[in-house]
Amino acid sequence: MANQNDMRTPLSRVRGLGSAKDGTEHFWRQRLTAIANIPLMLFFIWTIISLNGVGYEQTVAYLSSPFVAIVMLMVIGAGIYHMKLGMQVIIEDYVHGAAGKALLVANSFFAIVIGATCAFAILKLGFGG
Amino acid sequence: MVELALPKNSRLEEGKVWTKIASDAAAPSREFKIYRWSPDDEGNPRVDTYTVNTDDCGPMVLDALIWIKSNIDPTLTFRRSCREGICGSCAMNIDGTNTLACTKGMDEVSGDVKIYPLPHMPVVKDLVPDLTNFYAQHRSIEPYLKTVTPKPEKEWKQSPEDREKLDGLYECILCACCSTSCPSYWWNGDRYLGPATLLQAYRWLIDSRDEATGERLDDLEDPFRLYRCHTIMNCAQACPKGLNPAKAIAEIKKMMIERRV
Repeated sequence: MANQNDMRTPLSRVRGLGSAKDGTEHFWRQRLTAIANIPLMLFFIWTIISLNGVGYEQTVAYLSSPFVAIVMLMVIGAGIYHMKLGMQVIIEDYVHGAAGKALLVANSFFAIVIGATCAFAILKLGFGG
Repeated sequence: MVELALPKNSRLEEGKVWTKIASDAAAPSREFKIYRWSPDDEGNPRVDTYTVNTDDCGPMVLDALIWIKSNIDPTLTFRRSCREGICGSCAMNIDGTNTLACTKGMDEVSGDVKIYPLPHMPVVKDLVPDLTNFYAQHRSIEPYLKTVTPKPEKEWKQSPEDREKLDGLYECILCACCSTSCPSYWWNGDRYLGPATLLQAYRWLIDSRDEATGERLDDLEDPFRLYRCHTIMNCAQACPKGLNPAKAIAEIKKMMIERRV
């Protein structure tokens, strides 16, 4: 409900700062990464299952294959980007005010840190462990 | 942060149980539990219990409300006008669902009939919600034909096929049942336009006679105005006219994609 000291008209409040002219890009990318994640996550799950119980050497050898390393990098890229986009929506939905803005920044930083760390691990293994 | 519990001054308290009218002692009856709150009284909202003589009133929930107001408690406050589902005035939460009291039959509810105002709206009194923001949102999408071409002598023409595209959209009576059933609207109703307004926005976007489609889409392209819809579908379930605002919103999103991909 409007603050009693807010003398703006209801229409002025609804119009607010106007349209952000943005939002479709986020929506589209979330769908694109979702589609990409179907085969990528299936590959990832299959990889985890097939490496179950296999030793370190064999795991390194498997992940050193250029095909596997490239696909794993795509798993990380699409997966973490999708996670970041989804978490952003949840924060925007439920957390308002300054706390929400802070969480949105933290969400972006978290995704970049996790993504960079995972990518480094894959590249390190890919180039010989 | 979203508040999941009601603020202290909005928590419901046990209300008054109004005694059954003596002459109705032997008549068939239904119990109504109705939300009461008045800005003139101090204290929290309460739920009052009324016993309605179903032999003496019509079959709809609105008939019972009018019966209570006429026979038991003239202070009970609610909006009503057409009593046939066309004005949208008597929208309220009946038996846990937003609907119109005039088209909801008492026989559709089992047990006591529980009636509350539309959820998550400021209450003016009893079952009357403050819909100022809702109406301003509807106004903000400029719900009328916008053209640049000089007005034709007789009329703006539209093919029967294009006219058909407005079916399922023009019937909206702006009762607010859909918007006030939407969790996204509850949490972000100040910035998210809500299903009713977006259904109306689509009604003008898809109108073949309108010449402002691009500008209309520009105004909607916003993470909050449009994209708070997460296809929860409460709107379609609540709509007493059987419309599907969620589908209209999905069509708007498709138009947004279409003009860029």
